[in-house]
Amino acid sequence: MKKLISLALAFAMMISVVSLFSACSQKETLVVCNWGEYISDGEDGYMDVVAEFEKKYNCKVEYVVAETNETLYSLMKSGSVAYDVVFPSDYMVEKMIREDMLSEIDFENIPNYQNILPAFKGQAYDPDEKYSVPYFWGTVGIVYNEKLLSEKDLKAVENAEDFEILWSKDYPNRIMMFNNPRDAFGVALKTLGYSQNTTDEKEIRAAADKLKSQKFLYYMDEFFTAMPNDSLALGVYYAGDYLTVAAENENLKFVIPKCGTNIFNDAMCVPKNAKNKSLAEKFINFMLEPEVGRDNAEYLGYSSPNAAALELMEEDVKNDPIAYPERQDSWEAFRDLPDETNALMRDLWAEILTENK
Amino acid sequence: MKSKKPLIPYLIWMAIFVVIPLGMIIVNAFTDKSGAFTLENLDRIFFKDPTLRYNFLNSLRVALISTALCLVLAYPIALIMARQKPSTQRLLHFLIMLPMWMNFVLRICSWLLVLQPDGILDVFLRNVGILSPGESNPVYMTETAVILGIVYNYLPFMILPIYTTVAKIPQSLYEAGADLGCSRWKVLCKIVFPLSVPGVISGLTMVFVPAMSSFVISMKLGGFALMGDIIDNYYKGTGGDPHLGAAVSIVLMFFIILSIALMNRFDKDDDVVLA
Repeated sequence: MKKLISLALAFAMMISVVSLFSACSQKETLVVCNWGEYISDGEDGYMDVVAEFEKKYNCKVEYVVAETNETLYSLMKSGSVAYDVVFPSDYMVEKMIREDMLSEIDFENIPNYQNILPAFKGQAYDPDEKYSVPYFWGTVGIVYNEKLLSEKDLKAVENAEDFEILWSKDYPNRIMMFNNPRDAFGVALKTLGYSQNTTDEKEIRAAADKLKSQKFLYYMDEFFTAMPNDSLALGVYYAGDYLTVAAENENLKFVIPKCGTNIFNDAMCVPKNAKNKSLAEKFINFMLEPEVGRDNAEYLGYSSPNAAALELMEEDVKNDPIAYPERQDSWEAFRDLPDETNALMRDLWAEILTENK
Repeated sequence: MKSKKPLIPYLIWMAIFVVIPLGMIIVNAFTDKSGAFTLENLDRIFFKDPTLRYNFLNSLRVALISTALCLVLAYPIALIMARQKPSTQRLLHFLIMLPMWMNFVLRICSWLLVLQPDGILDVFLRNVGILSPGESNPVYMTETAVILGIVYNYLPFMILPIYTTVAKIPQSLYEAGADLGCSRWKVLCKIVFPLSVPGVISGLTMVFVPAMSSFVISMKLGGFALMGDIIDNYYKGTGGDPHLGAAVSIVLMFFIILSIALMNRFDKDDDVVLA
């Protein structure tokens, strides 16, 4: 054990030496961990947000991406990295608050918080508005390829009551499902008429059986290539990303079933072990600037909760029924689930993926 | 006696990137969330969790079939390569190495373009009349596709070590065999193959080990998870459990070490030294 500790110490020393070198430059550094393709980066004539921020505050932004909320969580939990700004989704914000991983934001430093629409403030995941600032929101829906569906199925999907069409046997190897348990179980639970936040073991097992009854292609970012190149007939994905692929292939359509769906909020937070909290708050404030918010929203296609940004946006973008739909009562936001439920889902997920033959 | 000082950088490297992570995996495998010692994780893998057991056996089967196929394909290639003139040998060597310069995920994604519905293979088979319009090939999203992907990916690791040993066999041995009345087939069985056993063994190891712990390939081409994907799931999935993930890795590692030990033993029994 002693040896192990000394080895661990040696390792820690190596890391601190490395970070010493990287800290050598005089400029302040901000470490931002976002999702992939989730900020306007200067393409298509929109603002390069990170570069603008660096220029304005004469600092250096170290910009890294994580794949899923769970990856972000384990990275932060491992303590091997110190991010200054992270972008967790609602249920993960709640979990991180519960596990004391986020630091309270000083809203005095974020005057632009007033730009956020009231409906998006103080949501269930952070009711006292202490730890998070909304970044984008969006919905999950069925994405389908008009060219590949039969006429009967087209009619059915346009008026979809639920996600049942994804279990069609007529499109073998052409139907995709989320390759992450929370979203996939959410779709199955909704289709069975249960809450996406259920903790009832029977309901969760029923949802697992439902998922097992179809051979899905379990995809995440593969969506961006497989959907526009006509190899997928049906899928389920986030509205904002649908808008991105729809620009490449006009046969792609999107529908939210009447049974309701998941509405998600991604928020900006400052982890407890952030090294540069004041610069982090400046970054968050910068992201809420009307022009920055507009360019992010128009470039990404996700839905902005920023009223000032919405005002600057083009009519056809802010009136897009897919990006800015009217919120329905049947839509649910994910809540943080108890550890037992997460563990059950994880084990069932291993079963689902193993048996998907 | 030779100085051991040149070894020092290597030892430091090993300590940081092999010993410490391995130590952490072992510690994780035998502890629970609170950090207390437990055998529960191993108990689950061996007795309580039919999914893990099934997945393990399935991964083993897929890896064995892939390794065997690699050997069958690689041996003739290595033999033919070794008999070419040196410049051709260098070219072939280069061509075999070439795909390895690209990330394997990218290469698997290009297989996806070949196999997927309406992909290159479908279009070809429809044009030559094997598939009727609208039909798709029966390979995509099956275990066959996964084995295809693994064989494609690891074939160079089988060809190169076999080629290296076969190329060293002097021409005179072939001639001696022929002089003494051996058919070409007999020369192959009695002379060439025994002399190439060390290359075959290292080829088998270099293919079997990564095939057994392969991931991404099976999810992309077959749609189902092998052991590597399951470990991935336990490390970062919802409610991830790195302790169970570590235990699975340890069991996998144990079986791999066991298989290497077995193969090495076989290697020693057949030790042939070239004069």
